[in-house]
Amino acid sequence: MSRVENVGAEKEVRREKRHGGHGKMGHHGGRGCKKSSESLKPGSLAYIWHSISHNKGAVMGMVLIVLIVLLSVLSPYLCRWGYAELDVLNAKSGPSLMHLLGCDELGRDLLSRVLYGARYTLYIGLAATVLSAVIGVTLGAIAGYFGGLVDSCVMRFLDVFQAFPQLILAMAFCAVFGSGLNNCVAALGLTGIAGFARLMRANILQIRDMEYIEASVSINCPTRKIITGHIIPNAVSPIIVEIAMSISRNGLASSSLSFLGLGVQPPYPEWGAMLAGARNHIRDCPHMVIVPGVFIVICVLSFNLIGDALRDALDPKLKK
Amino acid sequence: MSELMEVKHLKKYFKSPRGTVHAVDDVCFSIEKGTTVGLVGESGCGKSTLGRTLIHLSESTDGQILYQGRDVTRLNKKELIEFRKHAQIIFQDPYSSLDPRQTVQDIISEPLLLAKYGKDEVQRRARELMDTVGIEKRLRMSYPHELDGGRRQRVGIARALALNPEFIVCDEPVSSLDVSIQAQILNLLMDLQEELGLTYLFITHDMSVVRHISKKICVMYLGQMVEQCEKKELFEHPLHPYTKALLSAIPTTDIHAEKRRIMLKGEITSPINPKPGCRFAARCPYAKESCNEPATLREVAPGHLVACARAEEVNCMA
Repeated sequence: MSRVENVGAEKEVRREKRHGGHGKMGHHGGRGCKKSSESLKPGSLAYIWHSISHNKGAVMGMVLIVLIVLLSVLSPYLCRWGYAELDVLNAKSGPSLMHLLGCDELGRDLLSRVLYGARYTLYIGLAATVLSAVIGVTLGAIAGYFGGLVDSCVMRFLDVFQAFPQLILAMAFCAVFGSGLNNCVAALGLTGIAGFARLMRANILQIRDMEYIEASVSINCPTRKIITGHIIPNAVSPIIVEIAMSISRNGLASSSLSFLGLGVQPPYPEWGAMLAGARNHIRDCPHMVIVPGVFIVICVLSFNLIGDALRDALDPKLKK
Repeated sequence: MSELMEVKHLKKYFKSPRGTVHAVDDVCFSIEKGTTVGLVGESGCGKSTLGRTLIHLSESTDGQILYQGRDVTRLNKKELIEFRKHAQIIFQDPYSSLDPRQTVQDIISEPLLLAKYGKDEVQRRARELMDTVGIEKRLRMSYPHELDGGRRQRVGIARALALNPEFIVCDEPVSSLDVSIQAQILNLLMDLQEELGLTYLFITHDMSVVRHISKKICVMYLGQMVEQCEKKELFEHPLHPYTKALLSAIPTTDIHAEKRRIMLKGEITSPINPKPGCRFAARCPYAKESCNEPATLREVAPGHLVACARAEEVNCMA
């Protein structure tokens, strides 16, 4: 008996050395020599990274997003044409060596515009999500943890928001406060609060009554540590996934708002606005619609793929 | 032998929209050091609430809890932290009493870290505890969902033992486990009692489990103690009509045994604003007008306490 245990212990020691002595060991004592997810502790950053980087979809998504961001930032230096520069002679022309993705109805280079425009869509997507996540998670956590009257007040107030479809509400907001980049962010951010709040509240409610919370009370865990050490880690993973999904949703919604003329105003090349401007030429010059459309799809898809991978990586029960 | 814990007229009421719930109502009992007191009763009779009130997971409404002769009914923060080093709890459901995001080692070390043990000391003690409760070392980096019910419950026990308590409330620790694992956990608890001199309050609704493990048995009905005596005496001479019904419900493997199952009529009455008088009267086959008087726990035979106004009468008849 003791002999068997010793062999196991030796293997564990060897493993420990191999992984830099972090003491993060798998439970299947020393099997295989390739570094696998078993050797990492789920929930640790290293494990999450390992899990995501082994998910082909997520890697593709991340590569695409990074590429788009880089190209967008560098586009003034990379592109021959400025995003608002007119080449009237080539208006509506298809892809050529001169204009790799063709030109729009005013003769503006579509490649320059679409790359430059990425910053608007991504900015709106990220900023609106951060806004709604910060406010929504805080409100939801307060409602869920304290319950009772606080819960009722907060949630009934948010029900009002949820009674309208997000896009309609955002449109109303833009109509009242005027269109423009930051109003667009505020409109989408504020209308997204209810979703985050509801999700967080549901998580907290479920976790608050678990026996392990009572157990940590019984071992003298202070309230502050119970919230930061037990409740939040268990409540946060659906939120992170929701954030990834929300970025793509808000990017799409910003395109919709711009399409309706309520978002970013011309001549700035927001993708939705580009689509809106090109919709009259959909028959004669389809490339004008296809180019921004494809970019919207790529971005949304990438964020969704990352979100999916994050969800799997954050769930210790899905340990491979 | 000395009493480790003495409970006097303990009450725990909850406010609810429909009235005050008398979850624990005027309960008195005591636990001898190094022994196990079994607390039995049907679901919802307040036995878990009583257990949780004893270790201050919920605060009592009224009454007194004496621990080693010292009054621990009302404690400030500092005293509470100190008290919890002496009194711990093992939970019923090993699936929800362990944080799914902590490894076995994290769970067992947490109370030690919170009690400000040194890092090496925590490591050493955690290993020692895993050894004590019989969890293999290779499992220390596992997550609760990777373990079976028995192992999870062992982790829960190790956590409760971490600070070397003398008194442990076992809140139905085996009722969510299957029978073979139940026996293992019961044996573990009994071994630990012998080794470490632990005192248990063992809450359960399973009469065969309580028969196996306890020295003294308390029977609860609707927030009140109805009968209290040594195990042997209770199983041989139950005096309260409720206890009799409870004992008659134990299945037997003896096919020649006389089947005299006492079927209780009706449902358990509501603990919200209960009427004065014996709470069991509504279902009691021997109920009379005299049962409308409050039934207090009284010593009928040496060491045998019953809360039934007609205990002598009924048992002479039987």
